Amino acid sequence: MTTKLMGQPVQRVEDQRFLRGQGRYTDDVLTTPGDDAVLHAAVLRSPHAHARIVDIDVSEVLDVEGVHAVWTYEDLEGLSPAMAAPLPLLIPHPALSHGRTQYALAKDEVNYVGEAVALVVADDRYVAEDAVGLIRVDYDILPAVVGVEAAREARHLVHDDVPGNRGARLVQEVGDAPAAVAAAPHRLELDLTIERSACMPLEGRGTVARWDPDTDRLQLWTSTQSSTGVRAAVAVKLGLALGQVDVITPDVGGGFGVKIVHPWPEELLVPLAARALGRPVKFTEDRREHFISSAHERGQVQHVEVGFDDEGRVLGLDVEFWHDHGAYTPYGLIVPIITSTQLLGPYKPGAYRVAFESLYTNTVIVTPYRGAGRPQGCFAMERTMDAIADYLGKDRTEVRAANFIQPDEFPYDHQMVFQDGRPLVYDSGDYPAMLEKLKALVGWDEFPAFQAEMAAEGRQVGIGLGCYVEGTGVGPYEGAHVHVETSGKVKVAIGLTTQGQGHQTVFAQLVADELGVKFEDVEVVAGDTRRMPYAVGTFASRAAVMSGSAVHLAAKRAKEKVLRIAADALEADEADLQIVDGVVSVKGAPPDAVGASIDLGTVSVLSNPLRYAFDEASKAATQFSVGDPGKPPVAEDDEPGLEGKDFYSPDRATFASGMHAVIVETDPQTAEITILKYAVVHDCGTVINPMIVEGQIHGGVAQGIGGSLYERMAYDSSGQLLNASFMDFLMPYVTEVPDGIAIDHLETPSPLNPLGIKGAGEAGVIPTAAAFAGAIEDAERRTRTEASITAMPISPSELYALRQTPRQEQS
Amino acid sequence: MKPAPFGYLRPGTLAEAVAALAGDPGAKVLAGGQSLVPLLNMRLAAPTTLIDLNALPGLDDVTVDEAGVRVGALARHAAVLASVEARRVQPLVAMALSNVAHPTIRNRGTTVGSLVHADAAAEMPVVLVLTGGSLEVEGPAGRRTVAASELFVGPLETSLHHDEIAVSAHFPALAPGAGAAFEEIARRHGDYALVGAGAIVDGDSVRVGFLSVSDLPTVVDLSGVAEADLGEAALAELEPGDDIHASADYRAQLVRVLTPRVVAAAREHAAHRLGRTRG
Repeated sequence: MTTKLMGQPVQRVEDQRFLRGQGRYTDDVLTTPGDDAVLHAAVLRSPHAHARIVDIDVSEVLDVEGVHAVWTYEDLEGLSPAMAAPLPLLIPHPALSHGRTQYALAKDEVNYVGEAVALVVADDRYVAEDAVGLIRVDYDILPAVVGVEAAREARHLVHDDVPGNRGARLVQEVGDAPAAVAAAPHRLELDLTIERSACMPLEGRGTVARWDPDTDRLQLWTSTQSSTGVRAAVAVKLGLALGQVDVITPDVGGGFGVKIVHPWPEELLVPLAARALGRPVKFTEDRREHFISSAHERGQVQHVEVGFDDEGRVLGLDVEFWHDHGAYTPYGLIVPIITSTQLLGPYKPGAYRVAFESLYTNTVIVTPYRGAGRPQGCFAMERTMDAIADYLGKDRTEVRAANFIQPDEFPYDHQMVFQDGRPLVYDSGDYPAMLEKLKALVGWDEFPAFQAEMAAEGRQVGIGLGCYVEGTGVGPYEGAHVHVETSGKVKVAIGLTTQGQGHQTVFAQLVADELGVKFEDVEVVAGDTRRMPYAVGTFASRAAVMSGSAVHLAAKRAKEKVLRIAADALEADEADLQIVDGVVSVKGAPPDAVGASIDLGTVSVLSNPLRYAFDEASKAATQFSVGDPGKPPVAEDDEPGLEGKDFYSPDRATFASGMHAVIVETDPQTAEITILKYAVVHDCGTVINPMIVEGQIHGGVAQGIGGSLYERMAYDSSGQLLNASFMDFLMPYVTEVPDGIAIDHLETPSPLNPLGIKGAGEAGVIPTAAAFAGAIEDAERRTRTEASITAMPISPSELYALRQTPRQEQS
Repeated sequence: MKPAPFGYLRPGTLAEAVAALAGDPGAKVLAGGQSLVPLLNMRLAAPTTLIDLNALPGLDDVTVDEAGVRVGALARHAAVLASVEARRVQPLVAMALSNVAHPTIRNRGTTVGSLVHADAAAEMPVVLVLTGGSLEVEGPAGRRTVAASELFVGPLETSLHHDEIAVSAHFPALAPGAGAAFEEIARRHGDYALVGAGAIVDGDSVRVGFLSVSDLPTVVDLSGVAEADLGEAALAELEPGDDIHASADYRAQLVRVLTPRVVAAAREHAAHRLGRTRG
């Protein structure tokens, strides 16, 4: 080991498997045919957005050959008493006065198209789906509440006992924002809208369960972002001791937030069926189910009032927004709280007030999707910055710069409460330097000349930018276990799950650096509760910060033990030892000097005093070979084995930041929108692997482009989702994403963790809609109309409509 | 997303296939499966039996002579697109085919299958109408030819009888002095077009076919219409509608934009072909 791997673009160890089709996902588990082969579950889902269930008749199903079980809500209590209660409300909040969660199978009422009503378990999924089609449900259809406006009007209620369809109202204030706005030299108001979209991982939800009556244990494979969370929930709901439940997360084909929600109804029903039927059971969600029965995000309506001075400095910012959280609130208020706090971005308004209402609608639940409320907040703030610049006739970057928190102001306390219940304090950053990098990267100062040149050719181009700050690496904690085996290979277990981020690569880099072993000798296992039972999950751009820090600390502990044992064996001082490529040696000693070095495998052998020898290596650790007969073989404060385990639990989140700029061309005739250049400057503190960070940015920008130009959830007024397929839900193809995304990094290390890491997972998606809105508006305004972009996403059809509308009529 | 139970036949001769179809009013024919299989999986179609044509001999040819291009029922879009001769004799076919979905779909999907699926948002039906082509079909009573103008009778509906199997499609050659062009605007690369237009200009004759702006693939005769009026003249014959991807107004605008564009491109194409013949 001569060079540090930290900061190197190490090729992902995962890629060989994934690219060769050797990934092993939940649906790949238990595929052996035979008498006790896995059974398949299918779910009858509500075809109505809002209805009372009058009667369910399953009599026709029971005769179908190959059907093993058909259950409705009525059956659940007998199978496990806790199943009669609604699903857990995972993150309670004092402001969530009217939190509601669904039942695993609907009881009396359904509140969205797609809500689970009955479960069938059959020999295969074909038979199960045939059987589902034979269940007769008599519904009494109720009026559906769809969209923020209908929810606010509250002419109909989603839940009878939730007045105004209002789940929560939360206000946070710093200073007297309304007064500051009123007293400011200039004032503007904006009304903004963001549509729904969704995570859309290529692998949907999936769960497989096997009940082992011989050991009285449940084994559960599930495609989740929190294996420990699922484990705890399943134990509670099935009435099992935690120690009876093992949850294994195999390869996960994308999460992006939707799989942090748990337990899904199927995550409980599948193990329940496996236990009741004495056969393994599998549920693999199909794409239509994913559209109508997992989760969506983003939908908000916002009203901004801002007061500012001649320089564009924001003196008062008063924001009210209405958040559509769908039919239930299993994930609490996390998304709107993040919007309300992260809206501030890199700026320091004189006074800030934000109030939101979180509203019920008869639609799929809303839970975090990559960005998790931030794209909406960034949209509100950046549209406001653009509006101020427009009003004052100033350059949009100048107005932003006038509002930046300065590098010498960190830690910067916003005096608000963040999504983790902790103070919103930015730890580090350098926003002015970042803006300069972005302007250089995109060619901001040169753009007006280019725009004029294009205009002379009859082409309209525009530039826009978006700046954001992202609280990453929220607690409470993560841990890691590092085990040096007698082979000298290092096995690392982390508790959080992995869904394609490259954790196996970056954490191996950290261990290789700290422990002095070869990168290829380190193997990382994630999300297996048998290996690491204490963990939280993979969300909020937290894996590198939380598990990365824990891995580093655990490797450090392992190293301490290596050096202690090696020093004893080599009769040297610990301070004189070094570990290079898995060999501990005395610094400065000739490489071939006898007794001057010992490999890690031998150190591992020595760490575990043995009575029995199994091979040549283990002989060295047996009782007649080693040890001081006058002392216990394992010292009082020591443990056998060469292991290091540690946890990392920070005071609060660390704040990454970034700025994006995009240049677009809009077609004067067809209103088609073409991306000419996309540029990203990003600060995630110390970078472990720039290739992986850039991959995260590419993926995030692609999703951001989806949310800006293509994706929406097309609900009709009766609550039917009209585009529940990849044919009509327009996820961008690779052909819709620019070939190259220009990326530059800025590193302001976090003072909160040992490596200075900040999260990177959500970076690409946060300011995308804001940047596009600015760019499209710029392209349109310079050459033809007075269009104001107030809603995203925007399609060519909508842009065309906007062109037909005089500005005074635009909201 | 698993289909309801169905029977499956893989006949070795066309006569067997026709007989099987005639004997089962609930049966459906499978060729490339690019439209039918998704419908089965979403349980929007539940045929009693699938009659798989893929083992039938001699149906996958693309044969070209100076009269036109004949495409067998099992010829994949990709094979038609790859035929240099087909491109020479009736260039509009390849111009349109390159807009049909993505390579993976073109590798499986058949051109004749797309025609009998009769989706007014698809490219090939309007190309068949615009070129004055026809379909050759085999039924219990033997073989007959159905002109494109008689083929498309409603959304996803043709004049074929249940017991008839399309054997091939014929796209007549582009006349020597004529030119063709095709352009469409879609939300994403390879999506169904919001509006698509193909044009054939032959001397004074100007005809433009449209997709996605009416229930049927529609060809409008714009001969003699002034350049500036082409779009509005076409719109008079079309009924653009609203859906979740575009408003009727926007589709009308695309007709206004695309019509003069494809007519101009077809004129240019005609001039280019003439130039090449003379040169």
